[in-house]
Amino acid sequence: MNSKITRRNFTLRGLLGGAAVTVGVPLLECFLDVNGKAFAANLGGGQLPVRFGTWFWGCGMIPSRWVPKTIGANYDLPAQLAPIQAVQQHINILSGFNVELGAKNNQPHISGPTALRTGAPTDNWQTIAAPTFDVLIADAVAAGSYFRSLDITADGNPRSTYSYRTGSAMNAAAPSPLDLYSKIFGSDFHDPNSASFTPDPKIMVRESVLSSVSGQRKQLEKMVGAADRERLDQYFTSLREVEQKLALQLQKPPPAAACAIPKAPRALPAGSDYSDIQLRMANHRVMAQLLAMALACNQTKVFNMVFSESAADLRRAGNTTAYHQTTHEELIDRSIGYQPTVDAFAVQSMVAWADFVDTLASIKEGDGTLLDNTLVFAHSDVSMAKNHEVRGIPMMTAGRAGGRIRAGLHIAGNGDPVTRAGLTMQQLMGVPTDAWGSDALRTNRPIAEILV
Amino acid sequence: MKSVTLSAIPKSFNTRRWLLSCLIIAACNGGSVIAAPIAVKQHAPAAQSFTLRRLTETQYRQSIADIFGADIKVLGSFEPDMRVHGLLAEGTTRVAVTPNGLEQYENVARGIAAQVTDAAHWQTSVGCMPGPGDANGARCAAEYFTRIGRELYRRPLLNEEIKTAVNNTLTSAKKLGNFQSGIEAALAGMLTSPDFLFRIERAVVDANNANGSTLDSWSKATRLSFFLWNTTPDAELLAAAERGDLNSDAGLAHQVERMMASPRFNDGVRAFFDDFLRLDGLNTLSKDAAIYPSFSAAVAGAAREQTLRTISALLVDQRGSYLDLFTTRRFAMNRTLSPLYNVPVAAKEWSFYEFPESDARGGLLTQISFLALYSHPGRSSPTLRGKAVREILMCEEVPAPPANVNFSVVQDVTNANLRTTRERVQAHLNDEDCAGCHKKTDPIGLGLEKFDGTGLFRALENNAAIDVSGAVDKATFNGATELGATLKNSPATTACIVQSTYRYAVGRGITTSEQAAIDRYQQMFAGNGYRFVDLVRTIAITPAFYTAPSTKANATLKADAITKRDSVSNRKEKS
Repeated sequence: MNSKITRRNFTLRGLLGGAAVTVGVPLLECFLDVNGKAFAANLGGGQLPVRFGTWFWGCGMIPSRWVPKTIGANYDLPAQLAPIQAVQQHINILSGFNVELGAKNNQPHISGPTALRTGAPTDNWQTIAAPTFDVLIADAVAAGSYFRSLDITADGNPRSTYSYRTGSAMNAAAPSPLDLYSKIFGSDFHDPNSASFTPDPKIMVRESVLSSVSGQRKQLEKMVGAADRERLDQYFTSLREVEQKLALQLQKPPPAAACAIPKAPRALPAGSDYSDIQLRMANHRVMAQLLAMALACNQTKVFNMVFSESAADLRRAGNTTAYHQTTHEELIDRSIGYQPTVDAFAVQSMVAWADFVDTLASIKEGDGTLLDNTLVFAHSDVSMAKNHEVRGIPMMTAGRAGGRIRAGLHIAGNGDPVTRAGLTMQQLMGVPTDAWGSDALRTNRPIAEILV
Repeated sequence: MKSVTLSAIPKSFNTRRWLLSCLIIAACNGGSVIAAPIAVKQHAPAAQSFTLRRLTETQYRQSIADIFGADIKVLGSFEPDMRVHGLLAEGTTRVAVTPNGLEQYENVARGIAAQVTDAAHWQTSVGCMPGPGDANGARCAAEYFTRIGRELYRRPLLNEEIKTAVNNTLTSAKKLGNFQSGIEAALAGMLTSPDFLFRIERAVVDANNANGSTLDSWSKATRLSFFLWNTTPDAELLAAAERGDLNSDAGLAHQVERMMASPRFNDGVRAFFDDFLRLDGLNTLSKDAAIYPSFSAAVAGAAREQTLRTISALLVDQRGSYLDLFTTRRFAMNRTLSPLYNVPVAAKEWSFYEFPESDARGGLLTQISFLALYSHPGRSSPTLRGKAVREILMCEEVPAPPANVNFSVVQDVTNANLRTTRERVQAHLNDEDCAGCHKKTDPIGLGLEKFDGTGLFRALENNAAIDVSGAVDKATFNGATELGATLKNSPATTACIVQSTYRYAVGRGITTSEQAAIDRYQQMFAGNGYRFVDLVRTIAITPAFYTAPSTKANATLKADAITKRDSVSNRKEKS
């Protein structure tokens, strides 16, 4: 191992629970050994790395058509959940957990996801007080993988992301299958199962040159005010990560039995309308498959996948009104008691979710599947989109996190703070925290029912 | 104005000398050196760098073209820019660089460095090679990086920075087996460094300045260049900075005049209006193909260009009044757009078409760019259009709609009693919760209802006549051209362009200490017949433009008022 990069910590500055903290995270303390035992030691799980990811869809659901009536195992599947039937055994439903706004306004499509992801609702993403919890998890587990996280959106817009370290550091999403493919399997990719390995001198040179750029840090930081210092810190932290990634590329990667390098996807024609639901579903499926291989090939341990953004722009070809508008404008059909077009889009979103889960479940890894060694946390921005309701925002998990979580259960939150979910995810992934969230959303109670 | 500081930084200055010069100047001026606002105890007093502005993607690309030549391709994607208080320019002082973003920068940098050092470019870019008297090429590398580094960092390199570049070159050349690859690697490093990716504005003490400090010469040159040209300083401006010319009124005015006379000034004005009017939204705009079959990505691109050409012809070529943009009948036109405007087929290349006085078109608000951008995918929206006028052109805040709101009536296009959009949006105004905001937006937008969701003219909606009467506050109007005339007479629009231009130039909100200068700009703007180029010149030659507000005074006016809408403007308009 390159002695230069051992025991070097990088620093995260953020606000957790309202108090300033500095978290030193040892990156590259160790590389994966052939069996992934380094991760096993971290997580107490099996022989393979445990991954974490989020899956986001916009505009929620219609509670009477989504929330199962029965609690616990073998929950019933109301109409909007029917699409998950084939993968139900992998999925926990977390219903009835609330975002408590306190004195704050309900900022449509923003209060919900900021509260759920950062532990406190804000009026916009730029003023979030803490990193989103996927970032905290990445800080805890990213060691030894090429990408701290893979941020992906199926809607073609790199700004469709719910992952932020700070308000000024948004983790932009890879906006197309081709972008994602070149990022993962481009020229810097090494096949982990290749018999031979020769360190590329060009990589050594890049690492050494970037290391010299790091040398400017002290001189620059002398001269800036607090806000700019934070931005410079972020720059240099990012620089270090790229250096560390290059250092990793000088090592022979550990074999990954489930890794099969996919073919490059075809580029979509220019001007393709990603808001078309059929195109979106197809695009999402291709990106899910690429992501699954990135996980199987040990390229990352954390991901964020966006199926549709918070005020979802999905449309059916030929229909004048997009999903989000429809949620507010469609009349409730008295004969059935709900908005029919809204219902159809919510069902389609669940079809996509089931597709995603199935994609991970269909890859064999060790004695089980990739999904067994993954924890996926899915959520939306609202429950009933018609009135931007943030009580009961739908949440789900999929996968077994290497055996640390139970699956196939419906848990009713009964109005508990939504942050119980975020806290549970962090603890499952080894983030050393016993409480999370601010004000009415502060909690120290993980969702014990799903823990093994 | 008494000239200020660092009038000529020696070609090979080093940190110690630089700091020393600051101290001497401070002593001469009777002022004190400004210490970094935090961690004062840890660090020696130093010139304070108070703003880091990340280059926008456009600025990055243009800088590369200017420094290395237009044939050098910038391949790869960039981290998205961020719109703050309505301006991407203001976002440049807010955004950081994420790990993903840095990786993208490094990839792009390697692509550029590979082209600059390939066989086709070597002679003109680097030129020298190792040879007798310079066996390993150290001298060649030092000469190259001293020269190119000054252009990339927009200041002379420190001695240790040159040493680092040479060292990177030699070490890399040894590992890779040739000198060119060494230069390539070191250049990629320089292109990835914060000194290139960020415009680092450095302040020095200036006792004559109300804030006690001002930008150093190099930072002045950079601020000026990106303001007027939206790109990196050219050789002449850097030379002026080096001579200290920018520290005298005459020297500064000379450079401003030179730059405003250059064709590049047009690029700068276009860049401002592209940002101010948020025309980048046209890049991703899509419309329903069944309802609006004539709309396409090509139309959106042409509409953006039409607006920018219309603006630059009026404001730059004709030195016209900003206010005339609200009523101008002279539109840039090309063959993609002429059928949509229902005018004679235009020449293939851009030309100008003047609408007759009787026409419904007149002013920027009747161009496809504005009308299509502020509509839904399948229908027009008086609310979105009115909101855009309020927020963008009048710098007013329109709050987000309440969370629990019923829009059903507005959407019910099949209602036989409510055939026009006006009749449907009347529901907003009849509902107490909605009326507060909608009476600010809808009466403006209703004046544009004779243009559909892609900006095409329509005389009827669902066979009903369209009433285009409306009001901006208490001023009533009938139709789009009268709306333009009304806005032309609104004090809010002139105040808005002045503060927006200034915020664009400095990349942040206006501080309380700057308000007096803004008021003066406003008066001079009025006195000059609202000629936009005069506003730009006034800002560029005023010492206040080069001051550094103290960190404590950074509480910006109106920041709170406009924070809310950013969350929306960074994504897509929702309502």
